[in-house]
Amino acid sequence: MSEAVLMRGNEAIAEAAIIAGCRHYFAYPITPQNEIAAYMARRMPEVGGTFLQAESEIASINMVLGAAAAGRRAMTSSSSPGISLKQEGLSYMAGMELPALVVNMMRGGPGLGNIAGAQGDYFQATKGGGHGDYRMIVLAPASVQELADLTVAAFDLSDRYRIVTMILGDGFLGQMSESLVLPEPSKETFDKSSWILDGAAGRQPRRIASLRLKPENGVEQINLQLQSKYREIEASEVRFECYQCRDAEVLLVAFGLAARVCKAAVNQLRAEGVRAGLFRPITLWPFPKEQLLKRAGRMSKVLVVEMNSGQMLEDVRLALGDKVPIEFYGRMGAMLVEEEQIIQRVKNNEK
Amino acid sequence: MRSDVAEAKKIFARPESLTDVPTHYCPGCGHGIVHRLMAQVIDDLQVREQTVVIAPVGCAVLIYNYINADGLEAAHGRAPAVATGLKRALPDRLVISYQGDGDLLAIGTAETIHAANRGENITVLFVNNAIYGMTGGQMAPTSLAGQKTKTSPYGRNPAEVGMPIRACEMLNTLEAPVFIERCSVHDVQHVLKAKRAIRKAIQNQVEGRGFSFVEFLSMCPTNWGMSPQAAAEWVGSEMVDYYPLGNFRDR
Amino acid sequence: MARGKPDINSERCKGCALCVKACPESILELSESFNKQGHHYAMCTDADRCTACMSCAIICPDTAIEIWRFAKAG
Repeated sequence: MSEAVLMRGNEAIAEAAIIAGCRHYFAYPITPQNEIAAYMARRMPEVGGTFLQAESEIASINMVLGAAAAGRRAMTSSSSPGISLKQEGLSYMAGMELPALVVNMMRGGPGLGNIAGAQGDYFQATKGGGHGDYRMIVLAPASVQELADLTVAAFDLSDRYRIVTMILGDGFLGQMSESLVLPEPSKETFDKSSWILDGAAGRQPRRIASLRLKPENGVEQINLQLQSKYREIEASEVRFECYQCRDAEVLLVAFGLAARVCKAAVNQLRAEGVRAGLFRPITLWPFPKEQLLKRAGRMSKVLVVEMNSGQMLEDVRLALGDKVPIEFYGRMGAMLVEEEQIIQRVKNNEK
Repeated sequence: MRSDVAEAKKIFARPESLTDVPTHYCPGCGHGIVHRLMAQVIDDLQVREQTVVIAPVGCAVLIYNYINADGLEAAHGRAPAVATGLKRALPDRLVISYQGDGDLLAIGTAETIHAANRGENITVLFVNNAIYGMTGGQMAPTSLAGQKTKTSPYGRNPAEVGMPIRACEMLNTLEAPVFIERCSVHDVQHVLKAKRAIRKAIQNQVEGRGFSFVEFLSMCPTNWGMSPQAAAEWVGSEMVDYYPLGNFRDR
Repeated sequence: MARGKPDINSERCKGCALCVKACPESILELSESFNKQGHHYAMCTDADRCTACMSCAIICPDTAIEIWRFAKAG
């Protein structure tokens, strides 16, 4: 449908998941994403799906695992501390190559922190809070429209590669209401019949497991397979946005909510004659390193802006090396980065 | 064949649902018995092709190598949650969660209680051998008072760590479960009773009746430091004394 | 006169001796020899007295025993 509707971010995720054909939602309440569960509790029965409030975030990720092994599009949502609880499950799902959507509407941390939006889980999402050599596709929406669009895309990515996809949002994005056009369902279909566990009728029994004690290099073999998959994803699924980059001299690099503030800063700077631009990674993993290097290489400096202590900053440094001076402005504990601060840092130190 | 015999019939054979491979279980371990009973019931009810077994973390972590059906790994303690997800996705499949004492009553206590409380239409088979076998014999929530284990070398001290937990009695406080029974596998008579309990527990799921739970008091000769025969006797006397056998609920 | 016989897979047997204990006729024993796994496997020492009660097979944790029943002649 093409008419715009006004929706809260959290609810847009839920509706988009339904549009994408998700019929199994398992979660546990945690602020600031409870609207997702409330919406699903009402909406899933309407479409004949399963809504289940589990006993914990640990239980819910394991329910997702079970439903995914059965071939269904399944999802869970939580916020930072709850995502910490899910890490073992995420590692298992990586080793078992099970697809699913996990939504993290980040809040202030570490620990119980606070309930406002933050960006402190970048490391956890992209470098693995779970154990072992694994990756998840991590998508960072910056608007309610993107929350919806990327949710639909996430299910396709998950199924295409048999990988967990994470939507890394934050409490502000989840709570804000914006107009959006609800996405269309994807046209792609995925045949899972060759691997799902639906009972060994007319075929040999299968198992889905990450444990492999034999042969001795069994787990190495699993890992080599995973790594090859990850290389494929890195080559094909990078997403990013360039805003006013073409003739920019100073490049802001930010994701999610921080990028929105940066966009406003860029607009203000441009109005004052400063050639600023914004490079916004949308896939945090795979991180758009080559694409960033291509643009940043000709900048006089790069300013990374995040609502954390400097997490994506490290990936920016890895990508750019010493090719361009890199600075950082951030706020922690769910405090919003400020447009004025960004502008000042761009202007004052402009080299 | 002898001349006065008309024919011989095989009256006890390996069930089709039990794969013909040697198991890694210790001599006299109860897991092999429970696996076989489960396989016999699956054969008898002709539900092998619909069955998905959820494996625990524990000695039975590789149960899917021994059962001729689809098998799904679960993280330690989470099998009832994994079973819930799978059963909600495929309600007409037979989903069996097979767990030991650490899985079910330590790390997985919440998942155990809540799957039971929700009345998930699954079958949970709980092998209680009063110890953590796979990891070398640590105290379990089900270890008896005074029982010596690697982490209770002076004997389990209830003043410090409480008394063992009785799973059937605990689940029996919940409304939803339709079948709760405690069996044992220490002698032939009890093994046969255990098989009848498994049959009921699986039949219930086939008929969509709700949550069924069977606990098996079982031998762990290696970690108890006993011969298999002595271990069987210990089940029959010491364990049965604290964990009364019988049916708690049969709706 | 034997009513049946136990067919013991001596390579699969782990020598746990639960069958020895379970047999009501006491006709099972662990052998002096070892199988490839190093276990003294169970064996039937007096086949004539087997009643095909299946006790040994029922208790065997390794499903190492199968049971034959002989039909009576005539």
